[in-house]
This record gives sequence, structure tokens and C-alpha cells, in this order.
Amino acid sequence: MRRSRFPVAVTAAVLAFFYLPIIVLVANSFNPARFSSRWQGFSLVWYRRLFESPEVWQALKNTLIVAVAVTAISVVLGTLAAFALHRYAASRLQRVHYTLIYAPLVVPEILMGIGLLMAFVAAGVPLGLVTIILAHVTFCVSFVAMTVLGRLQDFDFSVVEAARDLGAGWGRIVRKVLVPMLMPGIAAGALLAFTLSVDDFVITFFVAGPGATTLPLRIYSMIKFGAPPMINALSTLLLAVTVTAVLASRRLSRSKR
Amino acid sequence: MSKRFGAVRAVDDVSLELKKGEFFSLLGPSGCGKTTMLRLAAGFEVPDAGRVFLDGRDITDLPPNKRPVNTVFQSYALFPHMTVRDNIAFGLTVAKRPKREVRDEVDRMLRLIRMEDQADKKPDQLSGGQRQRVAVARALVNRPRVLLLDEPLAALDLKLRQKMLIELDLVHDEVGITFLYVTHDQAEAMSLSDRIAVMDGGRIEQVGAPAEIYESPRTGFVAAFIGDTNFLEGRVRECPEADYCRLEIAGLGEAASFNDRQVRPEQAVVLSVRPEKIHIAHDRPEDAPRRNGFPAEVEDVIYLGASTKYWVRAGDHRVQVLRQHSRYFYDDRPIRWKDRVWIWWHADDGFMLEGVKSPQ
Repeated sequence: MRRSRFPVAVTAAVLAFFYLPIIVLVANSFNPARFSSRWQGFSLVWYRRLFESPEVWQALKNTLIVAVAVTAISVVLGTLAAFALHRYAASRLQRVHYTLIYAPLVVPEILMGIGLLMAFVAAGVPLGLVTIILAHVTFCVSFVAMTVLGRLQDFDFSVVEAARDLGAGWGRIVRKVLVPMLMPGIAAGALLAFTLSVDDFVITFFVAGPGATTLPLRIYSMIKFGAPPMINALSTLLLAVTVTAVLASRRLSRSKR
Repeated sequence: MSKRFGAVRAVDDVSLELKKGEFFSLLGPSGCGKTTMLRLAAGFEVPDAGRVFLDGRDITDLPPNKRPVNTVFQSYALFPHMTVRDNIAFGLTVAKRPKREVRDEVDRMLRLIRMEDQADKKPDQLSGGQRQRVAVARALVNRPRVLLLDEPLAALDLKLRQKMLIELDLVHDEVGITFLYVTHDQAEAMSLSDRIAVMDGGRIEQVGAPAEIYESPRTGFVAAFIGDTNFLEGRVRECPEADYCRLEIAGLGEAASFNDRQVRPEQAVVLSVRPEKIHIAHDRPEDAPRRNGFPAEVEDVIYLGASTKYWVRAGDHRVQVLRQHSRYFYDDRPIRWKDRVWIWWHADDGFMLEGVKSPQ
């Protein structure tokens, strides 16, 4: 009996639908043609133009400042939240706590963006990098907390008792036992937070003030003012960074302890 | 000491004293409070009432990290991110001992557990028995006043468990530290301990040497929990001699028993007789002083390799009898199912239990 070609065709179509646009974009970033998408030979001209643009450099700097700050804050808060969620008995308050941590993962981004914007305006906080950082932390904390919590679920806490039994105080237990053992979870959460912060557009769009433009916002405005080939190059770079981070994060969370 | 968790009295007004250097076991079914006792000694639990003393010093208020005792955990709780060497060195490093001394002490421990060549492996590269040895070494290297062991062999298979039993015994002989060993396995407790405390429902039922606990249990629980036994309910008829009484066993007849309980006539007692103390044969035994003999019928024959267990019906009672095979193939009249036989035992080999209901 001949096997049907139908599943193969569907798979190919779906893959093409998902990845063809990205492939076209990446390919075009190496295409020196300005308007047409006809291949005119391999060239790094758009990358050179990109690196010569002061606005892009400024946006990159902003993005990195935000991402690093967000990662640092989210890792600390998210790890602590995961501990609180795991260690204390399941009470009603604990369920509320879990829902609060989980909510940012499912609440529509546009809602979060508008809400945060109204909150900042009402509180009289001037919009800028600080508000972007605060806004990113609100959802990055959740991702870190969930990643670390997954790690804690199969964590054998008798090692903490063993360390106490062998004379260690709490400071040493945290430094020498807990953090090293949870490191894969914490690092995976950190990479996830970093990635999410780097390419967030919707929320950033609402809470960014003048002069606090991040890379995704810069790409958007470049489209509006028309410089498509440079966007291709920039997007390709952004793609490379996020894919690397996500792959690293997945490898870490899969590694055994 | 007493300790309750919610409504459960995990440890209920228990008093216990360990002798320096002895191997002491807490033996009981799960939930009897033995692990809570161990955790009270380690400092992981604080007693609701009572105090913990070590060498005459009250250590009740000391946290675990300040107590000169160390624990071998049931799950071993080795640090998975550290090598065997770093695991063993942990306690000494915490105590800020000089590097050189730490290295020498760890080397000494590695020799003791015969794992010098595994020092740089991580715990997940070791077998169960090796992990167990590292856990013991990690605790012992600190030279604790008492080593606490929480079912350290429970995770191992039978053969390995028997091997580790011998190793633990050797280690105890070599280091001379007091061991407090928690287990639900009577064979472990029997073979290792100088003394055993049998626990049930948060209380200590009996403390004594293994042979004492087995041959002369004070309560019905101990008699039933340690080894197998037959319970025969009855009443004291008379005690013609100071050391022996005659009992009327309901549904069986008259039996003599050694009287170490100072029982009085008319008192209700339970006579407990271990299966291996009962003889079984086709022929009626000769009458002898203090020999209790009864006719019986074989209901079940269970071949166990080294021995055979017979369930026989004697009067209204189902009695189990264990017989060693001295010769199996040349037994000219093997006892078979439905055979009519005689069972008998010496009055010294039964023991009376007062005020207990038969647990069977």
C-alpha cells in the first residue's frame, strides 16, 4: 500500500508558512537592492549602514541597559517568589499568591501596557528608561518564578537539613547549597527574562518616554519612515540574539541538576 | 520528652538514655515516633515538653548546626553539585579547620569507607551502596558525640543491605562513637544493636538487648512485632511452685509456663510461644515434667528452604510451628498435609503476657 503524501504536504506547508517570512527577511538583509526583492548578490551594506546610524546605537544601548536591569531585578524577586510559593503550605492566600504570579503570563500585553501607563501617569512618574524597566519586571518576574518553581518541585530539601546538621548557618546554606543547586533554573529564568525584555514591543510602546527608545521601537519607527533593508539587518541581529538566548535557556533547564 | 504534630502525639512522654559508645536502635512500625525521636536528638524538632542532654549538658535549645551530633539521612542527602571529597569535607570546612587537616581527615575517611579512588566523582556517578558510605563518612568525619542514622539501608536491595550491615558494624567498632539507629526492620536492629528500644504509638514498649527483646517480650505488641509467635489466651489456675504456673488455655487444655511475672491464680493471661520453640512429630512425646504436649492436625505446610512452617489445628487454635531441616531427603516420615501429629514445648519456652488482648 502506498503511503499518502498528504501529511508530508501539510507539514511542508505549515513549515513554509512559519519560517519562510523569516528566511526571506534574513536573506534580504544580505541583499544590496534597495526596493526590489530581486537577489543582487551577497553584501553587508545594510549592516554597515546600520552600525553607522547613531539612533540605532542609542536604541541598542537603551535596550541593553533595560534588559540587564530587568534581568537582575527579576532574578532576585522571581527566585524569592518561587521559594515562598514552594515552601509554604497551600492555603487560600497561597493560591492568590500563585494566581498573582501567574497572571502576567496570560493577561493581554496591551492591557498591561495601558494599565501601567495610567498608573505611571497617575503617580506622576516621568516616562523613560525607569518606567520601561519597571514595566518589564512586572512580567519577567513571573517567568523567572515559574522556571525556578519547576526546579524546586523536584528539589530534595533534606540536603538543606544535611547542611544544617553539618554545622552550616543560613548564609552558607544559601551560598554553597541552594544557589548552586538551583543555578540551572535561575540561569534559565534569567535568559528568558533577558530575551523577553530585549524584544518586548507592546508594553514598551506605552511606557517609553521621549528619548527612551529601545530597538523594537526603533525598528517600528524605521518602518514608518521607510528604510526596509536596514530593518532586515537589524531584525536578523535581534533574531540571532534571542534564538541564542532561548536555546541556552532550554539547555540549562534540561540539564540534570 | 513529648512532641505532638497537630492532634498526633508523635512522641508521648518518652524517656531514654544511651550509654557512651553503644549501638542503640529505635525499632518500630512507620508512624511509631522513632524518626521524631531522632529529629529531636538532631535538633530539627523542638520538644513540647522535656529536655535533651548530651554528656550532662542541656542541648535542647541548641539549633542543629550547633549540636555535636551528625545525621545519616534516609535519602543520604548528599550535595549533588559537589564531589565525594567536597561532600565529606563540608563539615570540617564549615568549622574552618586548616586546609591540610581537612585533607588528611577526608583521606582517612575515604580509606575507612574504601573509596579512595572515587574521591573526585559526583554523587550521581555512584551506586546506592557507595552513596550510603559517603553519607556515613560525611557525618563521621566531624567526630560527632552521637551518630544518628535514619533508616540508612532502606533504599538498598537485600543483598547490598546485608553487606552494608556488616560494614556499619565494622565502622562502629572502629570509631567507637555512640550510634542511634532508626529502623523498621527487626533483622537490622537485631544484628547490629547492643540495645533496642521497641516503639509503638509514640511510646517505648520495651528497652533491652536483642535476645532479651525476642525471648522475653514485656508486651503483646513487642511479642508480635519482633518475630512470629502464637498467642494462646487463658487463665492462671495455680502456681504450685514459685517459678511455674499451670494455665487453663481456652479451647486447648492445661499448660505449664515459667512465671516471671508474679501472676496470681484466676488472673487472665496470654501465653505466647514462638513457632521454632514448638516441636512437631507423628508420635506422642514421652511425658516429662514441664512439657506441654497436644495432639493436632496439619492444615498447611509451607516450605521455606532452610525450614518448613506448619500450621496445625490444636483444639480450637491454629498454631504455627517452625522446623529446621537437618536432613530433608532422608526424612523417613515427612509430615504432610492432613497428618495427625503431636506438638509440644517446654514450659520455659513460653512467656506470659498480662493485661493484653491477643493482637491476632
